[in-house]
Amino acid sequence: MDKVRIIEIRESVFADNDREADRIREGLKRDKTFLLNLMSSPGSGKTTLLMRTIEALKNEFDIGVMEADIDSSVDAEKIAKTGVRSIQLHTGGMCHLDAGMTEQGLKEIGASDLDLVILENIGNLICPADFDTGAVRNAMILSVPEGHDKPLKYPHIFTVCNVLIISKIDVMPYFDFDLEKVREYALMRNPKLEIFPVSARTGEGMGAWTEWLKTQVNEWNNGVKLLTE
Amino acid sequence: MHELGIVFHIIKTVERVGEENGLSAVSKVTLELGEVSGAIPRELIDCWNWAVRKSELLKGAELVIETIPAVTLCESCSQTYETVRYGRICPNCGSDLTYLVQGNEMNLKEIQAC
Repeated sequence: MDKVRIIEIRESVFADNDREADRIREGLKRDKTFLLNLMSSPGSGKTTLLMRTIEALKNEFDIGVMEADIDSSVDAEKIAKTGVRSIQLHTGGMCHLDAGMTEQGLKEIGASDLDLVILENIGNLICPADFDTGAVRNAMILSVPEGHDKPLKYPHIFTVCNVLIISKIDVMPYFDFDLEKVREYALMRNPKLEIFPVSARTGEGMGAWTEWLKTQVNEWNNGVKLLTE
Repeated sequence: MHELGIVFHIIKTVERVGEENGLSAVSKVTLELGEVSGAIPRELIDCWNWAVRKSELLKGAELVIETIPAVTLCESCSQTYETVRYGRICPNCGSDLTYLVQGNEMNLKEIQAC
């Protein structure tokens, strides 16, 4: 009989996923494709914001959208109406996407000839934060009705994001939402976080957000060193 | 299901290590789990027991979870305290300038195999 032995591993459960994600980023760099991972709670207005973002940038970039959901293809159908390439990824009950699933999606959508691919992650503020998808930048949306104390309740996601989009600011007068408080709480968790308050419905603030995204895509795809690094 | 995804990643890593080391059967896997890592030990073990049945290498392997206590450091008074008991506000000075120093871990510590 073989001798029983102990093998020490001593690394994070997520280490393999992180290595896979790094490999995906190298591939994206070679292909000159920017991948944005967009995370939020369900109902934060992710799909609507995405549609407005696409409208603003589709003349400049070839865009693709990967919609991740546990089931259904409602979102992919909406996105398809904007005229950009879109696919639906089903996680089969899983609450997040990992690097492996993202890589399959990138292959399926034909990411190598796109400039910008947006991954709409599962609506959830907890699990997606643990798994690096291989995206170049992570963004999250926090909508006004969700309340300004979210950075206190779900701190981890605020630390892994580069951008915080505060959405639905047109309804701010009807809620006890304190924009300054949310800034303070979010920056406490992540001092480098870029914050954009927007309303996809009225268009307020959308210009600043899409400009930021445009600069990021151009810098990555043209091999210019990113200022935030 | 958060725990199931984590279990799949542990199994994938152990299978890679198994291949690298020419292992034929894994009997025990030890995981170090931070108290506020967000994963629930009981759920992890349930998912584990279901998932290892599908793996040749890990069939019947036990998942052992060692808990790492959560500790928060207060920037204002430089003292540490138990995170789970006191939360985000420092019990010594009442400051909210605090951050977690340990307790968020999810580490694969070791495996027992032949």
